[in-house]
Amino acid sequence: MSRQSERSAPVAENGLFDRRQFLKAGLGTAGAGGIGLLSATPALSQTRQTWNRFPGRGLSEAYGSPSRYESDVARVGISAQKGTNGSGGCRTPLELLHGIITPSGLHFERHHSGIPDIDPAKHQLLIHGHVKQPLTFSVEALNRYPMVSRIYFLECGGNSGVMVAPEPAQKTCGELHGLVSNSEWTGVPLKLLLEEAGIEPQGKWLIAEGADAALMSRSIPLEKAMDDTIIALYQNGERLRPENGYPMRLLLPGWEGNMSVKWLHRIKVTDQPAMTKDETSRYSDLQSDGSTLLFTYPMGVRSVITNPSAGLTMGAPGLYQISGLAWSGAGKIRQVEISADGGKSWAEADLEVPVLTKSFTRFNTAWQWDGSPSTLMSRAVDETGAMQPTRQVLMANRAPGSGYHYNAIVGWRIENNGEIRNIYV
Amino acid sequence: MVKYEISMSRQHTGSILAAALFFLVCHVYAETPNLGVPASGELVNELDITVLPNGDGLPPGSGNAVVGEKLYMQHCLACHGESGQGGLNNKLVGGHGSLSSNKPAKTVGSFWPYSTTIFDYIRRAMPYTNPGSLGNDDVYALTAYILYLNGIIREKEEMNARTLPEVAMPNRDNFRQMFKAQ
Repeated sequence: MSRQSERSAPVAENGLFDRRQFLKAGLGTAGAGGIGLLSATPALSQTRQTWNRFPGRGLSEAYGSPSRYESDVARVGISAQKGTNGSGGCRTPLELLHGIITPSGLHFERHHSGIPDIDPAKHQLLIHGHVKQPLTFSVEALNRYPMVSRIYFLECGGNSGVMVAPEPAQKTCGELHGLVSNSEWTGVPLKLLLEEAGIEPQGKWLIAEGADAALMSRSIPLEKAMDDTIIALYQNGERLRPENGYPMRLLLPGWEGNMSVKWLHRIKVTDQPAMTKDETSRYSDLQSDGSTLLFTYPMGVRSVITNPSAGLTMGAPGLYQISGLAWSGAGKIRQVEISADGGKSWAEADLEVPVLTKSFTRFNTAWQWDGSPSTLMSRAVDETGAMQPTRQVLMANRAPGSGYHYNAIVGWRIENNGEIRNIYV
Repeated sequence: MVKYEISMSRQHTGSILAAALFFLVCHVYAETPNLGVPASGELVNELDITVLPNGDGLPPGSGNAVVGEKLYMQHCLACHGESGQGGLNNKLVGGHGSLSSNKPAKTVGSFWPYSTTIFDYIRRAMPYTNPGSLGNDDVYALTAYILYLNGIIREKEEMNARTLPEVAMPNRDNFRQMFKAQ
């Protein structure tokens, strides 16, 4: 029996096979092609290489780093506003990573006045306002509270904002969509501290403030604070990185990243939102009728094929694994479908376990690329039944320059020379 | 007595255990180390710079656009340009009619819904290279100057804790709050 005949029939047009194709037939059926940055495969030496003729180097340095051959795997789209070096952002290179956890050193960044160098011994959190007893908590004190560990995505409200431009920007997947990352966050449920201070009946909102030079501030509904919000102290098992809020940050699962205030040092309980700069003139959604929507907090359901995607190049025609990420601010991902013919036909992708609430979910499927130009797309549905919209539907009621909360279906154009481009679908 | 205890079904034992476990779990989460340290009124006053749209939190002091222009030339011009027209950084003035374009200019005049936000933001974050260096009178004066440049108040109108929250912002009624607290 030939390997070809072991393969089940395509389940959608242009070579999309059953999502478990690789599990059935094994990766051995993959063609000569792999997706990667174009490089010639050198002939392998029959004799020992330099690295196995002598003992390797000594034990690792105190804090390890990736192989020196992986120096291309780095944050991308690093840009600061003119006149500053710390007000701006940089992105996760989504197309160069696998699994669902973003290494802490590759987590996206968005700062409003640089990264403060905070001495944890001199940092404290003040909770005041409509509380029975204003309290301060040192970092050391918080470390003695019961903590929870959860895997959550964090996405900037402005992620993929460039996709509203009239013409599709020719950038890599990470440059376009990498203001999102996924980490295991460990910290103290905010509820515990609020209960200790004692919320008074008129307390409905929290005004959270960071200890950066901009004293970045956002209003947070009390319901969210009492639900799943944590004060994160750890990220992926170690203390937060300075760029991610060291020594403590808010983490509001599923909601726009700007609300998860970094370097948290003050929470005021109030009866109303403060209408800060970053919740009115920024992160609000301008509509085509001239109105603006405030407080559109949860990030919408979406998915992106990360492999193949812009920033990578196809190898030879053959069997490929299409792989990507899906997430929703409303809960778990229920389904992801893939199209290889520009949206005419769709095949269900395999969701990798674990499928967690408000977390990246990795999806995969098998694709026989025949070498001809093709358009790859993915669309996700979350557990509430919400489906990722097309760009046309998403933009229908928006002002054309309104780029926050962009979650439309992404299309990658595969050219016959192996190039991959960002297109609007 | 012993017989009675033994005759209790496994179900009963199970529910007692479940109740005990439930109590234990609740107990663990309800009781914290209580390590919060009571904060003095002085500390709260020193740190609390939150300004609410109704004016709560605005400090004593006042300023107008005449004074504000002088401060602007010194502290703001380098990034925000002549008369708030923008430079290295954001444009603060004008932008009317741009909101429906591909590049909306969301200025204080064309977009910002609350006047109190200007004071709050300048006091916490500006000038970019030395935030917190301006006094409350200075912040009121700069707020007045930006409002004046946008044609929202008169040049000599004093901005203070009473007058600032009453300033009617042109785009105010175009905002719709999508999340309402319970």
